[in-house]
Amino acid sequence: MAKSQEQLHERRSLSSLIYDPQFRSYAFQILLLLVLVGFGWWIVQNTVTNLQAQNKTTGFDFLSNTAGFDIGFSLVPYSRESTYLEVFYVGILNTLLVAITGIVLATLLGFVLGIARLSSNWIIARLATIYIEIIRNIPLLLQLFFWYFAVLKSMPSVRSSLELVGGAVFLNNRGLYLPNPNANSAFLWVQIAIALVLVGGFFLQRWSIRRVELTGERFPYIPVFLVLLIVVPTVTWFVSGAEWNITYPELNRFNFQGGIQLPPEFVALLFGLVIYTAAFIGETVRAGIVSVSSGQTEAAQSLGLKNNDRLNLVVIPQAMRVIVPPLTSQYLNLTKNSSLAVAIGYPDIVNVFMGTALNQSGKAIEVIFMTMMVYLTLSLLTSMIMNWYNARIALTER
Amino acid sequence: MNKKIVTIALGAALSLSASAALADTLEDVQAKGYLQCGVTPSTPGFASPDENNNWSGIDVDYCRAMAAAIFDDPEAVRFTPLTSKERFTALSSGEIDVLSRTTTWTMSRDTNLGISFTGVMFYDGQGFMVPKDLGVNSALELSDAAVCIESGTTTELNAADYFATNGMNYNPVVFEDQDEVVKAYDDGRCDVFTTDSSALAAERFSLADPDAHKILPQIISKEPLGPSVRQGDDLWFNISRWVYFALLEAEEYGVNQANVDEMLGSENPSVRRLLGVEGEFGSYVGLPGDWAYRVIKHVGNYADVYERNVTPIGIERAGSLNDLWTRGGLQYSPPIR
Ligand SMILES: N[C@@H](CCC(=O)N[C@@H](CS)C(=O)NCC(=O)O)C(=O)O
Repeated sequence: MAKSQEQLHERRSLSSLIYDPQFRSYAFQILLLLVLVGFGWWIVQNTVTNLQAQNKTTGFDFLSNTAGFDIGFSLVPYSRESTYLEVFYVGILNTLLVAITGIVLATLLGFVLGIARLSSNWIIARLATIYIEIIRNIPLLLQLFFWYFAVLKSMPSVRSSLELVGGAVFLNNRGLYLPNPNANSAFLWVQIAIALVLVGGFFLQRWSIRRVELTGERFPYIPVFLVLLIVVPTVTWFVSGAEWNITYPELNRFNFQGGIQLPPEFVALLFGLVIYTAAFIGETVRAGIVSVSSGQTEAAQSLGLKNNDRLNLVVIPQAMRVIVPPLTSQYLNLTKNSSLAVAIGYPDIVNVFMGTALNQSGKAIEVIFMTMMVYLTLSLLTSMIMNWYNARIALTER
Repeated sequence: MNKKIVTIALGAALSLSASAALADTLEDVQAKGYLQCGVTPSTPGFASPDENNNWSGIDVDYCRAMAAAIFDDPEAVRFTPLTSKERFTALSSGEIDVLSRTTTWTMSRDTNLGISFTGVMFYDGQGFMVPKDLGVNSALELSDAAVCIESGTTTELNAADYFATNGMNYNPVVFEDQDEVVKAYDDGRCDVFTTDSSALAAERFSLADPDAHKILPQIISKEPLGPSVRQGDDLWFNISRWVYFALLEAEEYGVNQANVDEMLGSENPSVRRLLGVEGEFGSYVGLPGDWAYRVIKHVGNYADVYERNVTPIGIERAGSLNDLWTRGGLQYSPPIR
């Protein structure tokens, strides 16, 4: 009798264990973890066996081998004798170049579009709407092909290049050629002067805001700052003896040499990314502004705030809280979309490293892994910066 | 292009999942009922589809020859068009069974890439094409030129070598798709278009005005183009290699598509061994005795294949490297015995 009661008790505690939510959640998590680890182990095992069966070597040693191919556009010195590791760097830099320039330009254009769409001017608002609706709804790849092939075709050939700015700038189907303003070493002083003015401007702004808060008196810090920004570096320029040493693009037998050259692949990719992403940013900005209820504006008005202050102190800070999180995703999208470069031959990391270097070295797994890590790092960095910014502008409760 | 990334990633993933024990490609192919063959998307003379998706070209005929040897049916083959960049991943991941895609036999590919070349269907070399109105007569005048190139090729590497050794600068404009390379060249993005000279000759006719372009005399490289298979499956390697040799052996002994049935009665022991009348050579490569008969019956010998595909794009065979060794060329098969 006593025994069977004990059995009953045991069974009850076992079944209660199964029905215990805490135990269950742990058990399932451990099970899932085991399955994942097992799956991962199986994949690694299989890869190694298969690679061995095909007599393939693995590892990252190949990175120090000579790449043997050339790259058409690079921010750092590169030649056929460079290594695969250098290909990797060239690719990252080219990706960063287009992503960062793209983010800055897309943000500017996007804010203009978002505000334009809310404009009380019917034509401006309509134009912004048409732009956004068309651009958002055409796949980016098609737009890139359009910018590259359609626009390239309409450009004049090298020998009949468009001459702009009195023969200093040339535009043709090989790209845009600009004079290269090399300055002498005294230019360093000018750069220092600009940096000082920028830092000074920051403190000037803080000081003038505090002054308004304390005394109610305004100080026109923006015009003062702009004047300083022009006057101080100019004076430094003359005092330090800085000089331009401009090199102009010149036509030789086939192409323009010298000056700064922007290949059409870069220009087309940048255009495509900026125009496409700006449409989405425009919508984000519009949503942010609309989200600030009109009661806020009215309250600010009844407090007697001027037009500008109402925008700067009441509407924009609240709108930014809505704008920044989706803006971050747009930045991430732009960076990742830049991998479409491969379609129009811009040497970004996917093109030169995951494409050419992978193919020439045969190290598929290693190369794909490294490329994924680059995008992961870029995305996490962007998110980190934007989250930090978001935290700064977030609602501070008093 | 995100699709491309997925393809490559999937390819990599597939190479993981196909277990190593599955190295018996012949068995797999027989079980599937067809051969999966990687070819170029469109290079006249080598592989190109017509409007009904019927493929032709010597690379295509090579695959048909393999299908004929295995299935007695030259149509038991499916074609996977691949860019230069994708081709090796496609082969090593098992997406295709044989790669027959204007691919140059090089040491690194033959060893380090995990694939093996089985023969040379076409001896080629890299050349340059320029618009006539540039007034260029020699590749040595190309310093500072913009050069259109397909990526993931030996073309890319040879161009780098050539310009470096001759102390010339150039601006490589590199695309992943041959179509884009041709289009960019045609639109004037580059001064020069470079690739294997046979393909250059064929692609000239796809330009807006073929007569406005010319091919420079310099051939800057050796490009032995041939089929390749995955390493680690010796039987499959042997099939691939001996199907190629059978094409040459047949030509050498005068067996062609038209007379192969008569030749079954030939007294010549070489012919009798080739056609499986004597010996059991088929069993050495895991195939029936009439494997080579099937190849010649359905596809023809090397000369048949060449005349059907390469002669029309205007590349003469007589006196070239691709002539049979008996006439001074390089095409040579070890004896079947
Ligand atoms: N033989 C060279 C070049 C191969 C190659 O890319 N060939 C070009 C022209 S011969 C081709 O087939 N292009 C077709 C395409 O990619 O669409 C190699 O193996 O790397």
